[in-house]
Amino acid sequence: MNKKSLKLIYNNSLVGPSIFFALLFCIPLVGSNYTLAIFTMIGFYALICIGLTMLTGYAGQISLGHAAFYGIGAYTSAYMTATLGFSPWLAILVGALISALVALLIGIPTFKLKGYYLALATLGFGIIVYTAFKELTSITGGSNGFFGIPSIHLFGFEFVTDQSYFYLIWLFVFMALVFSRNIIHSRIGRGLRSIEGSEIAADAVGVNLMKYKLQIFVTSAIFTSISGSLLAHYVSFINPNLFTANTSIYLLIMVIIGGLNNIWGAIVGSAAYVLLGELLKHFVPVFFPNIGGEFEIVFFGLLLVLTLIYMPNGLVPQFMKIARKLKKKERHASIAFTIDTQATGGKAND
Amino acid sequence: METFSQMLQLLFSGLTIGAIYALIAVGFVIIYNVTGILNFAQGEFAMFGALISISLVKANLPLWLAIILSIVIVAAIGAVFERTAIHTARKSSMTTLIIITIGVSIAFRGIAILIWGTQAQTLPPFTDNTPIKFLEAVLLPQNLWAIGLSIVILIVMMYFFNFTFTGKSLTACVVNPFAARLMGINPNKMSLLAVVVSAGVGALAGTVIAPISGASYDMGMMLGIKAFVAAVVGGLTNAPAAIAGAFLIGIIEAFTEGLWSSGLKDVVSFSLLLLILFIKPEGLFAKASGKRV
Repeated sequence: MNKKSLKLIYNNSLVGPSIFFALLFCIPLVGSNYTLAIFTMIGFYALICIGLTMLTGYAGQISLGHAAFYGIGAYTSAYMTATLGFSPWLAILVGALISALVALLIGIPTFKLKGYYLALATLGFGIIVYTAFKELTSITGGSNGFFGIPSIHLFGFEFVTDQSYFYLIWLFVFMALVFSRNIIHSRIGRGLRSIEGSEIAADAVGVNLMKYKLQIFVTSAIFTSISGSLLAHYVSFINPNLFTANTSIYLLIMVIIGGLNNIWGAIVGSAAYVLLGELLKHFVPVFFPNIGGEFEIVFFGLLLVLTLIYMPNGLVPQFMKIARKLKKKERHASIAFTIDTQATGGKAND
Repeated sequence: METFSQMLQLLFSGLTIGAIYALIAVGFVIIYNVTGILNFAQGEFAMFGALISISLVKANLPLWLAIILSIVIVAAIGAVFERTAIHTARKSSMTTLIIITIGVSIAFRGIAILIWGTQAQTLPPFTDNTPIKFLEAVLLPQNLWAIGLSIVILIVMMYFFNFTFTGKSLTACVVNPFAARLMGINPNKMSLLAVVVSAGVGALAGTVIAPISGASYDMGMMLGIKAFVAAVVGGLTNAPAAIAGAFLIGIIEAFTEGLWSSGLKDVVSFSLLLLILFIKPEGLFAKASGKRV
């Protein structure tokens, strides 16, 4: 990572997010329903990826089971609202609570171990939860899916149009982004960044890594669960195939493409994934008319590998490189900036 | 005798599946120990092995030649994979390398869709597949092939690792990469060798299972994950422990499927994985002091 991107990470001002979201919130004024649906989908993924970026980028852990939290949120909301008749907001809360508890249950034993045990544990857990969705037919409707999930109300206003849902999901993304930036700037974030330098040294100066990793894991599970709940109310029909191990892997792809060292990578990655997926679905059959199945995975697989080999920090630093080139023409770096990066270490290209 | 023959039947199908898992799990353990990477693309080698041999048989090649050729081709695919993806990124963090193998596995699956489509295909059984009666249970010769072949391969591997120079060098890299390097062993070459060997063995596993349960582009994922569970349950750091784990998982799955519910067999084996990770993360059959800290 270069000095400029370090500065962006430590930049805690709300100016960037405010401008971004202000521009984003103009989209419904001009976009068609199709555009809105695409951006709403990006929003669902972005909410998950913000948590996942923190987990992978800051806590250095791979999760291969986040689809499970996505599903827990979705099915909790579906069951509590459609079957039991509770308020959707209560259901979102309960779903998040269940996901947090489950994350604690998995996290406590695995974070005691060194190595890639979280990847293994979450992989196993993800498949167990998927099977549960399929087999517990009395609650989940099994493979046929769960129909008739009601829409969300707020003070009498019903979120049914694409437009209203667009605002709802991106509002959550905005809150998650601000919240996560605060975590990264807090003691937790600093503690986790110290692992990158030396885990042993961090341990020695009293950084409780296990606790921090656990907190990040639980936070990301909560974000994912909320996204799942919102998805359930948006599409009104869910089935277990939305929450397979493949979904977990696609989430990981989004996070990697966007970049692990920056929370914005989550949004960039989700957008890149959804837009590329749409493009491939439209254009590949034009050239290969007989193609079937999930052929687009070949592109995502290659994209993941190439990203990791040739731009391991993802798309965000590439964007910043371009932005910097444009900026360089205007003015040279100020002295204040140099001091700032020295203070933060300015560790190059890790 | 009704229950006894049923038990025997289940044990037998468990051993068959266990043998397949064992072949893939061994490849897994070799790569993990030589390079430190959890190779998530391991199951895809089996998928390629199965589908390539099916295509070669369709091109009118004799079955034995098709199998050997497919093993060679998959070993070559393994070599390309190691040189292009693993070797190029060898300086990256372990997290990155592991995610690269996930990417490769997805790409492999996509390539398989492009070449073979999504339709499941089958390979003819290795020999005449008339069932044999054995102590009230019915055995299929193809299952005997699976168990027999994997035992032979596992013995050959054991010999290779303990009694040949190349095998010994590979073992040296596992035990102490730094010292191995000082002795003039090139760890880069060993990493290539490890991936090629485990790709070849994986391909064999694929060709063996293809006549039993068919072959399709997505067969690799579950096979890989199960072999992976087997390796962790047995012990990731040594091959015999992983093999024992593979047979254990195979038998447990067969009994769950036969006596309880086929939908729950995944739940049982993954619950076992979680249990092992939480209670005895070094694996059931591994020695207490593993390679890991």
